[in-house]
This record gives sequence, structure tokens and C-alpha cells, in this order.
Amino acid sequence: MAEIKFIRGYPEYMHELINIVHKTRTKRKDYDPPAMSKEEREEVLKLHPDYAPGGKRKISIGQNKGDRGPNEVVDLLEAYPLIEEEEIDLSKIDYDVDILIIGGGLAGTSAAIWANSQGIPPEKILLTNKLRHGDANSMMAEGGTQAADRPNDSPLIHFLDAMGGGHFANKPDVLKALVEDAPLIMHWLLELGAMIDIEENKDFVEKWGGGTCRRRMHACRDYTGLEELRVIRDEFRDRKISCLEYYPVIELLTDGEGRAAGAVLWNFETGDYKIVKAKATILATGGFGRLHIRGFPTTNHYGATCDGVVLAYRVGAKLRDVDTVQYHPTGAAFPPQIIGLLLTEKLRSMGAQPINKDGEAFVFPLEPRDVEASSFIRECYIREKGILTPTGMRGVWLDTPLLELKNGEGTIENAFPGMNRMFKRFDIDMAKDPVLVFPTLHYQNGGVETDPEGKTNIGGLFVAGEISGGVHGKNRLMGNSTLDCMVFGRRSGIYAAEYAKAVKRRGKLSLEHMKKYVNMLKKAGIKPERRAPILLPEYRGKAVLARMIDVF
Amino acid sequence: MKEKKSIMDRIAESNKSVITGIDEKDIEYWVTTYIMGKAYKVPAGLTIMQAMEFAGYRFVRSAGCRAGFCGACATVYRKAGDYKLQTAMACQTRVEDGMFLVQIPFAPGNKALYDINKEEYNVGTLFKHYPELARCVSCNTCTKACPQDLEVMDYIQDAIKGDFKAVAKESFDCIQCGLCAIRCPADLVQYHIAQLARRMYGRYECQEPEHLKIRLKEIENGKYKEGWDKFVNASIKKLEKLYAERDRESD
Repeated sequence: MAEIKFIRGYPEYMHELINIVHKTRTKRKDYDPPAMSKEEREEVLKLHPDYAPGGKRKISIGQNKGDRGPNEVVDLLEAYPLIEEEEIDLSKIDYDVDILIIGGGLAGTSAAIWANSQGIPPEKILLTNKLRHGDANSMMAEGGTQAADRPNDSPLIHFLDAMGGGHFANKPDVLKALVEDAPLIMHWLLELGAMIDIEENKDFVEKWGGGTCRRRMHACRDYTGLEELRVIRDEFRDRKISCLEYYPVIELLTDGEGRAAGAVLWNFETGDYKIVKAKATILATGGFGRLHIRGFPTTNHYGATCDGVVLAYRVGAKLRDVDTVQYHPTGAAFPPQIIGLLLTEKLRSMGAQPINKDGEAFVFPLEPRDVEASSFIRECYIREKGILTPTGMRGVWLDTPLLELKNGEGTIENAFPGMNRMFKRFDIDMAKDPVLVFPTLHYQNGGVETDPEGKTNIGGLFVAGEISGGVHGKNRLMGNSTLDCMVFGRRSGIYAAEYAKAVKRRGKLSLEHMKKYVNMLKKAGIKPERRAPILLPEYRGKAVLARMIDVF
Repeated sequence: MKEKKSIMDRIAESNKSVITGIDEKDIEYWVTTYIMGKAYKVPAGLTIMQAMEFAGYRFVRSAGCRAGFCGACATVYRKAGDYKLQTAMACQTRVEDGMFLVQIPFAPGNKALYDINKEEYNVGTLFKHYPELARCVSCNTCTKACPQDLEVMDYIQDAIKGDFKAVAKESFDCIQCGLCAIRCPADLVQYHIAQLARRMYGRYECQEPEHLKIRLKEIENGKYKEGWDKFVNASIKKLEKLYAERDRESD
């Protein structure tokens, strides 16, 4: 290690390049490049991983047969189940509940609370987690939650912002629900005791987000998701709602007539299974960042492996917009220990500029995420003005000292404690030196098609949060994901409760759908080489894997 | 093939070490770390978490967000020749030569149950739910154990005094990893106490802004109904026009 000389956390050559950024700062202080026109956006988007050639193929079986999706996702849809029908005994029910919720992030946890508020007793709700309750992308949301609650703003303007950002592919009725419930969610958070940033005069602090035309980003420092989820989880625990940890779902169950009726859980540590019978099932399993689509690093948590989409597709749920993946423009590109981790958009909304090797501001800092990310790729790979790291990555600078200059000394420490701490751990002071960024896989824009009540096309099956498709169209805006989780967590909880109360006759638990799916796979000539859901990514060292033997 | 040199392929190539692991031939510097006592040679410069994976461990517990927010990967270690027991988040700490480490897969700690709307906003509530607060001996072990570098002992003292604001501010960056509670000789579960204090502070000090109250009333009274009728059924062309015509609020 001692062989490379580091200055303030950077190798010497990078430190020299940083000096160019320092030199041009005052000149750039009051100047941002103008926002792109529609035509300019279309041009640069050709470089976006979603639109660049390759990387996708058609889904060959199921509801969405013929639609295109990322290879990594289609691989999982075209994979065999983890279990055989014969090895599962469906006659012994381990949990008989009204509502089964799969996934304990913001969406699932909110759903449980609202279902309980609708009169479903806590012991009749079961929340099951693959990892710990709260190990979710929600916990890592930094920037904020959108809600149009200022006088010069309205849910209608919020709607337009999200529509434009989503390339007008959003489902209008679902999006309307999102933006119209947003102020109610802020009210709910305050009631639960969440510490949302407020001004001296007691108004909310509200900041810009990419692609918005009003300031409506509510935050809790840069720990927004952490604060929201730990408060909501605390409330969940106060209500004594049943909760399982380290129990991923490996297959959904139906009632023989095509309705969702529960799930097969698997104990991650002992390896045995449990059968849950449920009147309604809410999938809130999050997204797919850990599939590393197109070889990108990710901001996502360890368990973001697309499980819910795979399970829902097997019971016949319809998907939409799974072909679009959100790459967050500002993932860390240096130091190597934190490659891909998120640097919130709020840095740019408060004045940090993306800067190239020559110290030039080359893009309006707050384009929608897909446009902004594409412009970074252009700067690094077409214009050749990126900065090369010791591990061979390219990136552009994010001029964080400029933010400090614009907002006053100490802003970074106060407003971005999480990020500041992360870089400090690797000897970089982001208030003094810029940080290096490159797009990182951030969000699953589409998913299981939902309606304004969180319902899918399968009876008794609801979705909430990142797993769902429709609300964000083909590109989500900042601050609409935590909002999505809480709005549709609430809605799915309420409507699942309503659904469960109305269920009169319950059929026999069945894995018929799985058998049918396997037949489809066979008919399509797909060999049983892949199995899904994968539950966790594989990061073990190659040398060790090559010599592993299966003894017991 | 032409595809071979596409930008996407070049990007994937440059990210390879993060996604599929490092090739041994590319490793220049090595360190030896002791995972639960067993020695492993791992590349220098990895985090503890990455180093354990390189060595062949597959996490089920002790890995969560992998970005320093969730507190799942609490780790304790001693370095050869150093008396001090140290703590870290495995995903946010560089592995070092001669580290003897173990992870804490679970931190037992009872959380009090309460209805936040029915609690009295005073110090009595903290003592009612967590009477062990009085056992704090001000040894500062919790502060030393905190991987977020929070002044844990200070906020516990503030809690004893009933200074909700101070507890809320000082404990705000807590990721609830449990290391403070595991080290505490007085058996406090600091992070649960702080959670109650923060919720009390948020509930009783952060009043609902006027502008939010007004907006909620407006929505309830159907102020936007007409607008919605127009927007929800509008053609994409019409929406594109409306989008292009938006005015941007000044900075």
C-alpha cells in the first residue's frame, strides 16, 4: 500500500487534477450550463444503458411474452423454481393469517401499520423479511421525499414533473394517487414523530430535485430513509404485529383458482420451510440492483435481487416497464472500497456541479436522472474528458467544495453527515476536495403492474414500492421512491385489509401455477440450468469457489 | 465483433472487480487478517466485508445495505500487539494486516412498547420505559464503541436530564447497530432509548407547518378535482405541451 503516495485521500496524479477544479471554481460559481432541449436530451439518451445497443432480449414465456427486458432479469424469469411440488407438504399450515406482507422496507412496514389501523388484528398480519426487518433500499434513501405542500406548488405540478421525468409512460391514475397522497404522508410522518428538517419559522425545509420545477424535497439531513424507516418500524413494533426475519419467500401459493393465497417461506439458517396461508398477500420486496445489470455497480442493499418480480410472474402477474433501469448519475467512483455507493442528488440541488477533467461545468446539474447520467457517460467515453482511477474506472468530478462556498462553511458537515462520514473514513474531505462520480445502478423503474389501490391482475395479490410498475413510467424522479413506498404501502395495506375482510370461501393451497410455469419453460426449450429467486448475489472469491466441495 | 468495443462493454470491463471479484493476478498488495482466529491472505484495500467474501464467506447475517446505513455488519476486532478492543462497520472499514475480527450477528435488546400519542412529554416517560437509565456510570464505553462516532454517553446524560432536543440531535445519525448496548457495563440499550426520545421530540416539538395544513384542507375540499379531470385523461401530446410550458420557480 505504501507504494502509492496519497494526498488527502487521493493518489498524487488525481490530486493534481483536483487542482484544476479548484482553479476554475470562482469562475463557475454563478454559472450553470443551461438545461437541455428535448432534442438535446434525446440525442444524449442514446448513450444511456437502457437505449445503447445490446443488453436486452425478449421474454419467451408468460404474461409478458415478447416484451423486452434486461438479460439479467429475463434470465431469472426464464429460470426454474427452487422447489419441487412433491417435496412440499401443503396440508400443514404454519401461519394462517389475513394478510401476508413480504418485505420489511418502508412499503411493507407501512402496509402492516395501515392494515392494522383498518382493524386487522396484529396477530393476523405477518411481515416476513429475507434479511433483518429494515434491511432495505429504503434505509439508504438520502435525498428526500417529494410532497407538493407549498403555496406556489400543487399536486398537479408534481404530477407533470413526474410525467415528464417518466417519459409520459406513467399510469396517470396511479401517479395521481402518488402525488395527491403526498401531503397526507408528510402529516403522518410528523404524527409518528419523524424529525423532518424544518426552517426557523417552522416551515419545512424544501429543496430542489432533478426534473422538478418547484422546491418540494423534504429531508431528514441526508439520512431521510433511515429516519423514516426507523420511526415507522418503531411504530410497527409498538403495535405487536407479527414479524419474521431471515425467512425469504421462495414460492407464492395460490388457491387453485388463480388467486394468491400465501407463500412458502424458507428458514435461511436451518434450511426448513414454513407454509403461510393468507387471504391477501402484499409483495414489497424492492428492486434488482444486485443483478448488476450491464455490469454496473449499484447503490442497492445486499438483498435487492428481483425476487418479488420472479415470484409474481410465476403466478401470472403482469409486468410493465421492466426494460427501464435507473442509473443514478452520482455513484462513487473512488475510493475503490465504496464504488457504486450513492451520493445524493441533493448535493447537486444545493449547488455542487459536475466538472470534467479540464475543470469545465459541462451539464445542467439537475436534468432528470437518465439525462444527467448519459451526459456523464458522454463526457467520459465520447469526449474523453473523464478522470481515470487506479482501478481503471472513469468518472467526472462532483464539485462539493462549491456547495460549501455557495451555502457557507459547515454546510456539508451539517446537511450531509452520512456522506461526509463515509468519505472521511477514507481520508477524503468532501468540503475541501471534489469527489469522483460515475453512474451507478440505482432503481427498478418498472415491475409488477399496479393500480391506484396497489392491486395487480391476480386476485388477492398486492404490490407496493419498488417492485411495482406504472407509477414512475420509464424513469423515476428523486424523492418519489420513499414517497411511493409510503403512499402505496398505505394504500395496499388499506385495500388488502378490505379484500381480506370480504373473503368468504378459501380454496385449498396449491402449487399448480408452479407446475404450469415449469411446463411452459420446458415447452420453450429452456434447460433447467438456472433457478430463481436467487435470494442473494454471489461475491465469494473465485479461487475459493473453484475449490469448494459439497460435504453436508 | 463490433460489439466487443462498445461503450457499454468498456464500462462493464472497468467495473469488473466490483461485480465479479478481483482476479488474483491483478492483486499487488496482500494483508493477512484473522477471521474468527483463522488466518486468510486477502488483497489490501478491501473493506472487511469484501475481504471476508474474498476469503470465501457468504453472508446471510451481518450484511445489509453495504453502505453504512443499516448497522447489520457490526464488527469487533483487536490488532496484534494492541490491547484495545475496537469496533467497526465491516462495509465501511478497510481491512488491515493483523486484524483479529468477529462479527456480531445479532444484538439482543428489549424495546419498550408505547403509544407515542399517549405518552407525556417529560423525562418521566424515558424512566418509565427504561428505568435502567439511572444505572449509567458515565464510563464512556458506549461512545468509544460507536462506529458513527456519536457522543453516546453524552446523549444518555441528556436523557437523564430530560433534554429531548439534545438527545434527538446527538443521536440522530444512529444506525442502531447495537455495539453500544453490547459494551455497556450498566446494561443500557442506548439506541432504543434514543429512538423513544427522538420520536417524542419529533412528535411534540415539530409542529405541522401552516402550509401543509392548508394543502391538506384544499385536497380534502376537492380543490384539484377539475384539474385532475383534465390531466388524468389528457393525451400524451397535451401532457407534453403542459410539461414544456411549466415555469420554474426561481432559486
